[in-house]
Amino acid sequence: MTGMRLSLPEASGNARLVDTAFFTVFGIAAVIFVALFILLVVFSIRYRRGTRARRGPLPSLLRREIEIGWTTATTFVAIFIFWWFVGGFTLPPRAAPNQLEIHVVAKQWMWKAEHPDGAREIDALHLPVNTPIRLVMTSEDVIHSFFVPAFRLKQDVLPARSEVLAFTPTRIGDFHLFCAEFCGTQHSRMTGDIVVMTQPDYAGWVRRQPHGDNLVRQGEALFAKFGCGACHAPESQVHAPKLAGLYGTRVTLADGRRLTADDAYLRNAILHPRDGTVAGYAPIMPDYAGVAGPADIDALIAYLKSQSGLKSQSGLKSQSSPKSQSSPKSQSSPQADR
Amino acid sequence: MTDAALPARPVPDYLHHGHTIWSWLSTTDHKRIGILFAVSITLFFTIGAVAIAVVRLELLTPAGDLVSDDTYNKLFTLHGIVMVWFFLVPSIPVTFGNFLLPLMIGAKDLAFPRINLLSWYLYLGGAAFTVATIIAGGVDTGWTFYTPYSTMFSNGAVLTAVAGVIVVGFSSVMTGVNFIATTHMLRAPGMTWFRLPLFVWAMYATSLVMVLATPVLAMTLLLIMAERWFELPIFDPSRGGDPLLFQHLFWFYSHPAVYIMVLPAMGVASEIIACFARRRLFGYAFMVYALIGIAVIGFFVWGHHMFVSGQSPYANVVFSFLSFMVAVPSAIKVFNWTATLYRGSIVFTAPMLYAFSFLGLFTIGGLTGLFLATVPIDIHVTDTYFVVAHFHYIMVGASVSAFFGGLHFWWPKITGRLYPELWARFAAVLMFFGFNLTFFPQFVMGYLGMPRRYHVYPPEFQVYHVLSTGGAALLGGAYLMPLAYLVWSLFYGRRAGANPWEAQGLEWQAPSPPPHDNFLTPPRVGDPYDYHPPEGPAALMDDAA
Repeated sequence: MTGMRLSLPEASGNARLVDTAFFTVFGIAAVIFVALFILLVVFSIRYRRGTRARRGPLPSLLRREIEIGWTTATTFVAIFIFWWFVGGFTLPPRAAPNQLEIHVVAKQWMWKAEHPDGAREIDALHLPVNTPIRLVMTSEDVIHSFFVPAFRLKQDVLPARSEVLAFTPTRIGDFHLFCAEFCGTQHSRMTGDIVVMTQPDYAGWVRRQPHGDNLVRQGEALFAKFGCGACHAPESQVHAPKLAGLYGTRVTLADGRRLTADDAYLRNAILHPRDGTVAGYAPIMPDYAGVAGPADIDALIAYLKSQSGLKSQSGLKSQSSPKSQSSPKSQSSPQADR
Repeated sequence: MTDAALPARPVPDYLHHGHTIWSWLSTTDHKRIGILFAVSITLFFTIGAVAIAVVRLELLTPAGDLVSDDTYNKLFTLHGIVMVWFFLVPSIPVTFGNFLLPLMIGAKDLAFPRINLLSWYLYLGGAAFTVATIIAGGVDTGWTFYTPYSTMFSNGAVLTAVAGVIVVGFSSVMTGVNFIATTHMLRAPGMTWFRLPLFVWAMYATSLVMVLATPVLAMTLLLIMAERWFELPIFDPSRGGDPLLFQHLFWFYSHPAVYIMVLPAMGVASEIIACFARRRLFGYAFMVYALIGIAVIGFFVWGHHMFVSGQSPYANVVFSFLSFMVAVPSAIKVFNWTATLYRGSIVFTAPMLYAFSFLGLFTIGGLTGLFLATVPIDIHVTDTYFVVAHFHYIMVGASVSAFFGGLHFWWPKITGRLYPELWARFAAVLMFFGFNLTFFPQFVMGYLGMPRRYHVYPPEFQVYHVLSTGGAALLGGAYLMPLAYLVWSLFYGRRAGANPWEAQGLEWQAPSPPPHDNFLTPPRVGDPYDYHPPEGPAALMDDAA
């Protein structure tokens, strides 16, 4: 048994904020609790049966004022906490321009991560310190949840959906990664190590990894394999949306919705095209659900991004110099970030 | 008071109104049905407790050395399903509610006595499915049945488990309908709405929630059966389904279900505190509004279970705000109970000690709810032991304390016997400390990052798990003690008389135990909390004892 530990390292920009909120609310709760406790003890002693305390009735006017008084006070305390810590925090910040985008796939019972230039790891995630990170996460089977206590961050990871978690690690060290959503037999063993390193150490670590094809090249191969080009290639005779430059633009659907073509939209458009047929096109594309796996979709989306002038897959360069080629269009939709 | 103080009764009490087992199994007497339910839920409380005892033993060490991963998962699932649907949801309504609601409003029985009996048989039907689930090897989804795990991946007996919950849900709905009809139709002459004891108001508010929310649960679980049995793609995303849909539907029931569990406890605490503080409840009308307010707002906060689920951040803000709003009526109630003690004449009987436990534990549970309503904090502590501790403070700390408080308070009415006071006080104090030792360390380890539903865990959390298991042992002992001394009192306890507490509710005007038709003479209806001279400027006098 190790000794009792009462503090948890704050290893991300978000952690400080959460702790401030936590200990402020703790302070408010403690004041209320102690006040009630003192009242209970004082009343219990003073008004126990047989004491000579005054026991006359209260004037009804006073009772009414007390009641209205503490109803109002409680409402204001509740609104204060809400306004201070929820109103300002919850709406997502705009995506930082030079994020390092890492794809995470959860499955029973492991975490797989793929870094921008193809370095892969399982049940571990190496991250450079003080670099904005953008995790794009999906699940191959059930709902999992990516939870790093030291970052004070948690995000459920769902099948057939892209969930994005954006944060900046601020402290070097090894931290726990837990799966926080019950996912079956070995749920409690679906853990990993978050290793936050200096930026040069991270660059060195990436260089030492065996490199598979990077995502863009995998995506290009899949684009050919699934025959996407038959309709979507610029020279195709089929009346289908052309995909170059699509990522990040606004799209109008046949049912009138207007959306941003982000990861989540593209994933759904590949898996279930008829959920969101683009205005002006016939709903002729087949479903790729069951054909393209989650990792395939990640690769395809990476390829589509690269076709939008978004060569964002060179993460190493991106941390040393903010990318100049990233157009305003590349801002991902606000819904996807937290 | 003893039997000698009462006139010889030609009318037998309800316990002696028939002697055969069949007279119990076919009874339509609300009091006997209350007893049948009490025996049934005690049995299931025991099953749920044994399951969690093994879990707590397993968690003494970080390694999984007592049971296998699958067994562990099945044990905490069983604990959750049994404790929520076969103990906590029915607990106070089907026992004290059944027994006392007609007595408190001066009626002979509930509005639909046969439906009341049917409600018990449905409970047994649901219970049979649950026992079948255990025999079939158990189920490992957690009591929340999250999809797509429950529909496409789990190898457990999901169908029987879900069927049991659906069936027992109809039992709740029937009880709710019965209570609503009874409160509307069968109040004695002079029993106006604002003379109803708060326990009756609590039953009424609870019944509204039961009747409105439980059908949603039944529908949701039927969808699980449809996908698992007939492979209809409802939640499976690879075929166009939406796994999050399940969570919305499930929590639309299961958040109000928390209020099904705690509103009755508030009713019980209100009766006990007024009686043993010898004081009219402070702010009666506000207490009624708060009960109804909690029941209504409780329907609009389900999304706070889903802040990290992938739900839109805008929805998170709305649900966060509504969750803060439901805190207000809860706080009002706590202040009013405390203020009721002011200028009272307090007696620290065992029921009063349980009511104090209820008050303290409900306050801690409620205040930690503020943390969870705050989105950034919730993102960190949701699905950790912080949440486990929070809802146990409300559902076990508050509700079960109130259940034991009510059990002791009305024991003389139900059985005609007094329980041994000293033992009862000791058990109440032990239960309070055992509970806090079990669950307070869980707040700390939850903040430090210990996820819930973990069979193996990193060693730095062990110290908290050891404390928690130690507390659970004390708590288990404290739960067993009443079982022993209450059974003893059935045979050897002093005779109670009609009104041992000199309480004001109508139920105390009936003999103890009451006869089959409840009242020998029509009850006198008055202020349910007439414990001291009426309040107002005219009565501003010092009447110190």
